[in-house]
Order: sequence, then structure tokens, then C-alpha cells
Amino acid sequence: MIQLKNVQKSYPVGGGSLPVLKGIDLTINEGEMVSIMGSSGSGKSTLLNILGILDDFDSGEYYLDGKLIDHISEKHAAFLRNSFIGFVFQSFNLIPFKNALENVALPLYYKGVNRKKRNVIALEYLEKVGLKEWAEHMPSELSGGQKQRIAIARALITNPKVILADEPTGALDSVTSYEVMDLLKQVNKEGMTVIIVTHEKDISEMTQRLINLHDGKIISEPILV
Amino acid sequence: MFDFDKWNEIFETLSKNKLRTFLTGFSVFWGIFMLVILLGAGNGLQNGVTKMFQQDAINTIWVFPGTTNMAYQGYKSGRRIQFQNADYDYIKKLDGTEYTSARFSVRNSYATFGNKGAAFQIDAVYPDNNYIENCIQVSGRYINENDVKEMRKVTSIGMGVVNELYKDVDPIGTYINLNGIPFKVIGVYTETTPNEEMRCYIPISTGQRVFAYNNRLENVQMTTGDLSLDETKALAEEIRENYALTHHFDPADRRAMYIQNNIEQYQEVLDIMTGIKIFILIIGAGTIVAGMVGVSNIMTIVVKERTKEIGVRKALGATPFSIVTMVLQESVFVTAFAGYIGLLAGIALLEFIGPYIQSDFFVNPEVDVNIALGTTIVLIIAGSLAGFFPSRRAAKIKPIAALRDE
Repeated sequence: MIQLKNVQKSYPVGGGSLPVLKGIDLTINEGEMVSIMGSSGSGKSTLLNILGILDDFDSGEYYLDGKLIDHISEKHAAFLRNSFIGFVFQSFNLIPFKNALENVALPLYYKGVNRKKRNVIALEYLEKVGLKEWAEHMPSELSGGQKQRIAIARALITNPKVILADEPTGALDSVTSYEVMDLLKQVNKEGMTVIIVTHEKDISEMTQRLINLHDGKIISEPILV
Repeated sequence: MFDFDKWNEIFETLSKNKLRTFLTGFSVFWGIFMLVILLGAGNGLQNGVTKMFQQDAINTIWVFPGTTNMAYQGYKSGRRIQFQNADYDYIKKLDGTEYTSARFSVRNSYATFGNKGAAFQIDAVYPDNNYIENCIQVSGRYINENDVKEMRKVTSIGMGVVNELYKDVDPIGTYINLNGIPFKVIGVYTETTPNEEMRCYIPISTGQRVFAYNNRLENVQMTTGDLSLDETKALAEEIRENYALTHHFDPADRRAMYIQNNIEQYQEVLDIMTGIKIFILIIGAGTIVAGMVGVSNIMTIVVKERTKEIGVRKALGATPFSIVTMVLQESVFVTAFAGYIGLLAGIALLEFIGPYIQSDFFVNPEVDVNIALGTTIVLIIAGSLAGFFPSRRAAKIKPIAALRDE
């Protein structure tokens, strides 16, 4: 599903440049659930941004679902994000003035699905994450766990190839963290590829493979299950 | 072009962010509102001045005799100059004059009809006086050439006279007594100023005969057609030199004769009006610029406030183009709507307040709807330009930066 070949990325700092990724080789198969761990500054956020086509890289190759992602236009990147990737963020990033249903339906708006149809689909996905009766609630009226489940429903609604979750449990207590992880595991069980960036060991242990990142390089990839 | 879903999204965003929408709209509303008021006030001032000059034809020259102040050709100073019919004949033949008249006012004049009577001005004039005074005929006719030629005892009376002496009687065809002598009423006129309606005009020849003025005149008037200001000044000088010759006074003697050149006064007022217009234009331009800056400021803040939202939208698949158009369409819609409301409010205020603040110098503060619409469109375009740069910056937001939690 995902293949990285010697991907390098550095950020310009002052006069020179600061290398963040120093040659990443990584393969993630379809239906896998992996976690990426690393201390801060290890390059895990940069890696996630590259995987999510939110940022470009300096050299190397990135294949997503067999397609080479390299120097594509912003517009095409937006299209690929919309159809291939579902994002889940640490701070949920729901749009505060839209209710749960509208938040879940938003990716379909950018896909060009009409309002009526996308609301029907959004309701299906809300049901899937167990929040059907919260459809009309604003994000401010929901708990952290509920918000994250809505965010997951939003990530799933375009039926993407990969779910990219950036510290999905970072803002949650352990009970709700496990609930969210259960949901992600269930999604994975249905065949979705899930990639989770985390710094919590117990969260990473729930995935099938752990990718340890240190100083811009993968130092180990132990298989957990 | 018309994307219903997109507008839906925009309306939703606007209605759920009421304060932001209100603040953006208000600066535009206020800009247009003030502009309309300003333009209206400027027009009111101009209308007032124009109306003041409409009392009489604008392009008139009045010539009054005076008393000499210099000894000349053996004549002592302090001699009174008396105009005569020959002075009028000279004006009439002069190149450059359009309508010409001369007049005298009958002394101790009064008019009676039936058992009513009052003191009214009785002016003996030529038919062209109609154009010089800008009389508006209500009924009947004005004095004509034949009245003068045949010394008919006829009169054209003002509405003021009619209101005072006639009650439920059509004055046309009646005989009114002017200083005891019956004149047939042939016409009724109105004027823009009430005191100029309190007059009875009679043919000059009749007046000179009946009231024993012989060939004497009190003053002569003319309109100057489309002569320029400089040409009318030259004309006035020519008249002065001719009259100096025939009446034996020094042309340099400014008290022997007075020339009132209305076009000169009008030109001065026109210059002031031009000044006021330029002033209003500058303030108006300033208002528009202030509105633009206001919109652009607010759009910048809005984009900053929405950085995270825009980042999320981009992560979910919004193209840069859709972000630009979203921000732009919002700003254009708010600007257009608020601008239109400002336009209506300004016009409504002028309509309702206008009639209560009329004065000699301030009449009918109104706004040319085309100009007002034009400025609104300018502001809308300016508003969208002002919204464009922040929106382009918004489109360039990297989702990563926007979504970072720090």
C-alpha cells in the first residue's frame, strides 16, 4: 500500500539546512496496522506529513497504492488526500461551528457529493462509531472521546485506502484512549490500513508492527503480533 | 458558475459566525452610508445655490445709473445720470446681447381690485423682461411687442397680487386699478421667491405715457446668451464707454454708473461649488479607502482566525482554489450586501431628514443613484481585492503548520 525508498527531507534553517529525514525505507502493506514511535525531533511528524501528502520531500520515492507521489500539484495533492487518506488528529480538529453530522460530511463536500446524499452517508458513519443520536450536537457539546470518534468517522467517510492518525489518543484519558483504539482496530479488521503516530508504549503495543524512528532514521521495525 | 452547494456552505459559515460577519459588514455599511450622506449634502448645497440663481436668468447684466464723482468735460462732479430710451435702443442693437429690457418702478404704487387694495410694486418693462426675471406663466400671457407698440393698458400680475386681491375670481380679463388707472389683466405669473410675485408688470411705453415718465428709464438689463465670462466683461466695458460718451462722464468714474454682471457672481459661486465638489470627492475617496482598509484588515484577521479550519479543510481535500474562492465569495457577498444596505440607509436618511433641513443654501439633498451604485460597486471590487490577498495567503497555509497544537 505504502512504499518509501530512501526518502530524505531537510528544512532550511538560517543559512544552511537541517536534515530531518535521512533516508527512510519503509513498506506498509494493505490491511496492516502499524505505529510509528520516536522522541520529539526524530522526524515522525515530518514522516507523517509526507505520508499524508501534506508536505513534499527532497529526494527518494514514495508510492501510494502503487502510484508515484512526486512533485504533484497542490490541486492533485488535495484530490489524493481526499480520496486515499483519512486523517485523525490529536486535537480532533473538528470545525467548531459545524455540528457532528456536518463535520463528518465535510470531506464529501470536497468530493462533490450533494448535500442530501452526503448527510445520509454521514449519518451511516456516525452510527458506525456509535454517535448517531449526537448528529445535531456541536463539537463543544461533546466529550474528547466522542470528538475523536467523530473525527474517525470523518476520516472514514470517503472510504480511503489509509488512515493516518497523529497521536489520536494524546488528548484522552486511558479509558477513552482504549475505546478509540478499539474503534481503530475494528476499522483495521475490516481491511483498512491504519498508521498511528504515538509516543505511548501501550498504544503502540496494540498495533501489529512498531516502527522506531530516531534522528531521521528507522532504527527497528519489530513485529508485535 | 452558480454553485448552490458552495453558497450554502458560505451562508452557513456566515450565519454561524455572526459577530465576524457583522464586523466585516459594518465597516462597509458605514463607508457607503457616510459616502451617500456626503454626496447628498454636497448636492443639497449645490441645489440650494442653483435655486438661488434660478430666481433670475444667470447670464444677465444689469446697468444702473449713479452720480458722477469726477468733473468731466466741463461738468461738475455730483451730477445725477439719467437713463433714457436711447440707452435701451443702444443695448438692443449691441452685438452679444440676447434678451434686452429696461424698466422703471412707479413711485408710491398701489393696486386695487373691487373693494380690496394694497401697495404693490408696479414695474414698466419690455416683453423680454420675462426671460430676464425668469417669470413662470401660470395663465394668460406676458406683455408682448404689440402691447408696447400700441401702448396698451394691460398688465401681467404675480401670484402674490392674485392671492391678496382676488378671491374665487379668475383675474384674466378683469380690470385692476394701478395707482387709480384701470389696466386689463392679461396674465398671471409665479416666481421662485415670494417678494418677486408681488408685482404688476406693465408695458414700458404705457407706463411712460400714463405715469408721465416721458422717455426716462431707471435701469437697463440684458442677457448675454452663451458669451463667456471674459466676453461679458468686455461687453460691460463697451457699454460703460458708450454711456460715458453719451452721458458725458469719465469712463474711469466708477460711481457714475453701476454694472451688475450676474455671470461674474455665478462664476464665483461655481468656483466655490467646484471647490466643495473636489473636497467631497477627496473625502469620498478617503471613505472608500478607509472602507477598503477596514475590509482588508478584517479579512486578514478572519483568515488568521480560520487558519486551523482552513488547514483541516485542506487536509480533508480542499484545493487551494476552493479555499481562495471560499474566502473571496464570503468577502464579496458580505461587502455587496452591507454596501447595499448602507446605500439604502443613506438614501432613506436623505429622503426623511432632507425636507426638515431645507434652507436658502441647502435644498433637496439627493444622491445620484448611478453614482451611489457606482461607488458601491467600486467598494465591492475593492473589498474583493482586499479579500484576495488574505485569501491567497490562506490557500498557501500548510495544513501541518495550521494543525500543529503548539
